[in-house]
Amino acid sequence: MSWTELDTWIVLTGVLTSLACALPGTFLMLNRQSMLGDGISHAVLPGLAIAFLLTHSRDILPMVAGAVGAGLVTALLTQAVQRAGEVEGGAALGVVFCALFATGLVLIRVASDHVDLDPDCVLYGSIETAVVDVGRVPRVTLISGGLLLFNGLLTLVFYKELRFAAFDPACATTLGFNADLIRLGLTLVASITAVLAFETVGSILVIAMLVVPAAAASLLTRRLSSLLGLALLFAMLSAAGGHLAATTLPPFLGRMIGQPGLGATSSAAMMAVAAGATFALAWAVAYAVQRRQGISAVI
Amino acid sequence: MNRFCSLRAAWAVLLLLFAAGSVACHRCGAMSQGDDPRDPASVAPERPGGRSITEAGIEWPTPETLKRTLALADHNTRVVFAGVTALGAVSGLVGTFLLLRKRALLSDAVSHCTLPGIALAFLGAEAAGLSGRSLPLLLAGAAVTGALGAGGVAAIRAHTRVKDDAALAIVLSVFFGLGMALLVIVQQLPSGNAAGLARFIYGRAASMTQSDARTILIASLLVATICGALLKEFKLLCFDGNFARTQGWPVMALDLILMGLVVAVTVIGLQAVGLLLVVALLIVPAAAARFWSHRLGPTLVIALLIGGASGLSGVIASALFPKLPAGAVIVLAAVGCFAVSLVLGSRRGLLVRWLERRQVATRVARQHLLRALYEWCEAGTHPLGGDARCNLEQPVPLDGLLAANRWNRRRLARLLRLGAAEGLLLTTRERGVCQLTAQGRLEARRVTRNHRLWETYLLHYADVAPQHIHHNADQIEHVIEPEIVNELEELLAGREGKALVPAEPAGPEGGGGRGTTA
Repeated sequence: MSWTELDTWIVLTGVLTSLACALPGTFLMLNRQSMLGDGISHAVLPGLAIAFLLTHSRDILPMVAGAVGAGLVTALLTQAVQRAGEVEGGAALGVVFCALFATGLVLIRVASDHVDLDPDCVLYGSIETAVVDVGRVPRVTLISGGLLLFNGLLTLVFYKELRFAAFDPACATTLGFNADLIRLGLTLVASITAVLAFETVGSILVIAMLVVPAAAASLLTRRLSSLLGLALLFAMLSAAGGHLAATTLPPFLGRMIGQPGLGATSSAAMMAVAAGATFALAWAVAYAVQRRQGISAVI
Repeated sequence: MNRFCSLRAAWAVLLLLFAAGSVACHRCGAMSQGDDPRDPASVAPERPGGRSITEAGIEWPTPETLKRTLALADHNTRVVFAGVTALGAVSGLVGTFLLLRKRALLSDAVSHCTLPGIALAFLGAEAAGLSGRSLPLLLAGAAVTGALGAGGVAAIRAHTRVKDDAALAIVLSVFFGLGMALLVIVQQLPSGNAAGLARFIYGRAASMTQSDARTILIASLLVATICGALLKEFKLLCFDGNFARTQGWPVMALDLILMGLVVAVTVIGLQAVGLLLVVALLIVPAAAARFWSHRLGPTLVIALLIGGASGLSGVIASALFPKLPAGAVIVLAAVGCFAVSLVLGSRRGLLVRWLERRQVATRVARQHLLRALYEWCEAGTHPLGGDARCNLEQPVPLDGLLAANRWNRRRLARLLRLGAAEGLLLTTRERGVCQLTAQGRLEARRVTRNHRLWETYLLHYADVAPQHIHHNADQIEHVIEPEIVNELEELLAGREGKALVPAEPAGPEGGGGRGTTA
């Protein structure tokens, strides 16, 4: 295979997006809201459809507004169903995102005569087509970089509050930090991140990067600062490794099944798989350390 | 008992109203559809929101189609209807166990995990020179990776400190990513135009053949039979897994069987509703059914009915309106049931719980009012006297009540209305006084006696600091059973010559006339 400028942009965009997702993702994991990314990825569909039906354009601003609105509606509605109806948290999220997703599908189908909005292009945006912007920095790379900057600044500024709300929400609330408010803010940031990234790199990469690097890091450390650092490292590794795997593995596979002409597969999807590989690696390392040093060293 | 019945009655009336409303709506809908062919011009402008959404999409079915569909004229329609209804029913069944085991979202992970299996089965079949379109093969692949995913979640949960939700998200995203990557590869194959596989993502109930539907029917029956056979074991597992383990039940194996059933339902549902929405069939009917019962049996039956009804209405809708995606309509029907159950559910519904809260508030308010009147009479007449000398028939000035109890006027007015409605007291507004009736005097004695008995008990037996007594007594006397009161009375009469009660606000001793003053 040959490395081109395109590959550089793909890896750069993937790394930036992964880093941007891993930051709020770490706190989502600590708050036990890991499935929120998956919920939002389903729930943005009606938001996008309504935004499109209202404005009849695919401008980024109304789309993002609609999607972020849908993401917030998911989080708030889930909480409402959970508290008012005393439904278990997971089930509440399931009910809400299924309802929203089905609504979105119906809206899109019903209006499909004059709407060119395909659920696939919402959920499975691809890096490969997004970075084709010959001769200058691709738009998606700029968006991902901006997101990373935004999330990094927020994490630095609210580090103490986020940490407090994640580890002891009740204590944080009694001491005057409104833990609910902090969590809502985190949900909002995660929604914005997810939605912007859906449009550029697709939802799978986002769902994976929100959770997997943080979970892998949590196997190796119990300190928040090193947790964040390791999560960022794993996110970076998975993005780069994913693209490599996407370009090099299919020919192998092709030879195996007797179809030598296979080209590269989706980089974003393989980045998710590579994140899974980093998780498996971290698991193995943690297991080995545990075996060698006894249980007390890890726990 | 009486109040309980009235609660039930209120609920029944509301349900009747709701049913009547839905019947009326249905009739209107039927009429307007009946009118449609005769005078289309009169109907067309009435459609709401004509410009944006409804204008383009929906074509109303001709009466011909309507009649044929609803009368189940075609054999094919009948089979597909039966298949999807069975799918909905059986997923309600399995979903209930999953929900009670607090693993509702496992179905989400499993459904995403089927995608790589489908793609791998296709690739494997192509490599072996078979047709990649063979449905049993694809579904077998889906089942294998679905089970792998469920096992992965269980392994992560058991062997690492990663929490449940993160384990689900990890497995879901990694497997789905793998599935998408493989799907892209499949699309590159000359034989693999992906339309064949993409149908598993969104489902296509309309294109279901008779043999597909029959497979669904048989598989559903099988799953339902297993559920029925393991009912007792699953019940134990769902309500107290740790107890089951200590009693020697194979909890791990039972969990695996439950996961297997989830995988089975997911795989059966792939064709009809697609992998992104089959999770809704497993979660929503079960969550809706829980609002109607605290018992497992009824919950299972209701979940089964809701699931079946959703499936049926979804396929009917998609038969009538070919443009609507059947899977989404099935899910929306289930979500509609959930919303209705959330509000009207007879056990945990919002309305019932609101009524219950109101009832408790009323009961508490009534007791506060009676005790306040009693205490005013007591304090006013003979500061040291017992019940015999306490003149409960005297008129009580309202201002005195206000001052003694720190109530505001609105609260007092509400309490007085309540008392008057129950025939406990008479209010004379002009003189600004109220007076207990004979029944009211009886009740006031009873309530005050209960309160003081409990206060005494707390003070003597429960080691509560005296300054907290009044507060606690206030809360507990409202839930205390008559039998316990009798027991308490005897206990106190036997132990103590006289029971000490704080002077304020209970006042001097002797509330009940017997028992406490031996």
